[in-house]
Amino acid sequence: MPNKDNQVLQDTTKAINATILRAKLLDTIMTGVFYVVALFFLVLLIVFATYIIVKGFMDFDISMMAFDHRGIGNQLFNTVYLVILALLISVPLGLLSGIYMAEYAKPGRVTKIIRISIETLSSLPSIVVGLFGYLVFIVMTGSQWNLFAGALAVSILSLPIISTTTEDALKSLPDGYKKGSYGMGATKWQTIRMVLLPACIPQIMTGIILAAGRAFGEAAALMFTAGMSTDINWNSTNLFSSTHPLNPFRPGETLALQIWASRTEAIAENSTQIANLCAAILMIMVFTFSISARYISQHINKKMIGDNK
Amino acid sequence: MREYIGDVMGESNVHSLDTSTAVHSIQDKFIVDKLDLYYGTFKALKEISMNIKESEVTALIGPSGCGKSTFLKTLNRMNDLDSTVRIEGSVLLDNKNIFTEIDVINLRQWVGMVFQQPNPFPKSIYDNIAYGPRVQGITKKAELDIIVERSLRQAAIWDEAKDRLHKSALGMSGGQQQRLCIARTLATKPDVILMDEPTSALDPISTLKIEELVLELKKDYTIVIVTHNMQQASRISDKTAFFLLGDLIEYNTTEEIFTNPKNPKTEEYITGRFG
Repeated sequence: MPNKDNQVLQDTTKAINATILRAKLLDTIMTGVFYVVALFFLVLLIVFATYIIVKGFMDFDISMMAFDHRGIGNQLFNTVYLVILALLISVPLGLLSGIYMAEYAKPGRVTKIIRISIETLSSLPSIVVGLFGYLVFIVMTGSQWNLFAGALAVSILSLPIISTTTEDALKSLPDGYKKGSYGMGATKWQTIRMVLLPACIPQIMTGIILAAGRAFGEAAALMFTAGMSTDINWNSTNLFSSTHPLNPFRPGETLALQIWASRTEAIAENSTQIANLCAAILMIMVFTFSISARYISQHINKKMIGDNK
Repeated sequence: MREYIGDVMGESNVHSLDTSTAVHSIQDKFIVDKLDLYYGTFKALKEISMNIKESEVTALIGPSGCGKSTFLKTLNRMNDLDSTVRIEGSVLLDNKNIFTEIDVINLRQWVGMVFQQPNPFPKSIYDNIAYGPRVQGITKKAELDIIVERSLRQAAIWDEAKDRLHKSALGMSGGQQQRLCIARTLATKPDVILMDEPTSALDPISTLKIEELVLELKKDYTIVIVTHNMQQASRISDKTAFFLLGDLIEYNTTEEIFTNPKNPKTEEYITGRFG
């Protein structure tokens, strides 16, 4: 009997060892798979970015950057201005709605409907938003194509991004922050403003970066709202003039739209180079924006939570 | 030392004076009368009546789920955060009903709370301590500096914190974080400090430091502490209340409870026969 028992135990040990061996092998394989996937995307990004930037600046000519109809200076300015306008609209609204969803909305049917609406909003085809914007912000208001209408249209697309990231960030905070703050006699708003929101800054910044990325690259939603033309008089001193650069109620073609126009209907002989240059500049702008936003966010965060070095 | 934020806590001073004209003994900080508490339909506290004396340490003991933490949270209305909670009966703080006569914001400034898990905010040590005073409207740096140093000294963590005031509180050890949380509570100038198993997540040395701190603090504050640790209750408390299934089984001086319990259930629990 003891011999048989020993035999059983030995078999069990063998089986366990085999299982451990298999688990270890699988672990090595999976680690490899993840490295390969990560590497693939890194290489893809580098190749992609290099191709666009090299191609964009291959036949670079300083006149292509001119701030008039020959260059894309105006479009560059319009893009930056539109992103700023869109963020001015969507960041406060997105933050407020995210805070509402995370801290004030009571679980129930209404909240469910609001959440579904926000999710739907974020996945609307941008051409639909563009046509909706055209109908509401241009036709119904009886105005011309203008940057502000474009910013509103883009905000429809970027607002859900900011709202959802804010909500998720607030909800993922440890319960102890809230309890600790309430326990000291802070009000709900003091708790949100002084403890919860500061703790969410990195995630909220990510939301803003994504939203800005959306605004930088948007074309379809702007075609019928911000318009496909631009006419800026850089010497204008009258903010209400339709050619003053800072008048938000003037038409303003952006870089993304310029790409589309150059590749479809342009008649200028260098339209291909213009499109390539626009693409390269657009990408550099998005990179720069992301990196500086992250830097600012880190800086604020360090100031908020205290340096730990 | 207590008057430096007196103007902000003006209401607090007024409310403290009320006790002098009260019919009840000046010693009673809390008078709990027939307190019932329900979570939905579940009755978690059954007709609890007890007086909690000023400048004493009162320990609440009992097995898990007996209602001792729920009772503690009632004293500064942290239960309000749970919408299913319904409360009947009365709790008087300095002879004022905490549900009807005292604003919940003021109540929580007077009755501070330290939680089971150390929960410093993701801010610097300085900003953690200054949070309560800032919430109360104190913004002058000179004033805040005084409060921060004083609170950290009171919580016996000044020496460890003074060279890293502007570094993150999250970089401290668990025991240090818990003493920081006590300091943070002290900075709001409470009369009472509630502690919900404050050492259950800490190592023995940190636990000892917190216990020493509690003994030191009881000179100036009324302390109510929930603990699973029988030795801890006997070491630091003046009064002990034994809870079981939502009932207050026995409430007496700690010495009596541990040497001469009246109720057989109390005896069974403190001798470790169940729980």
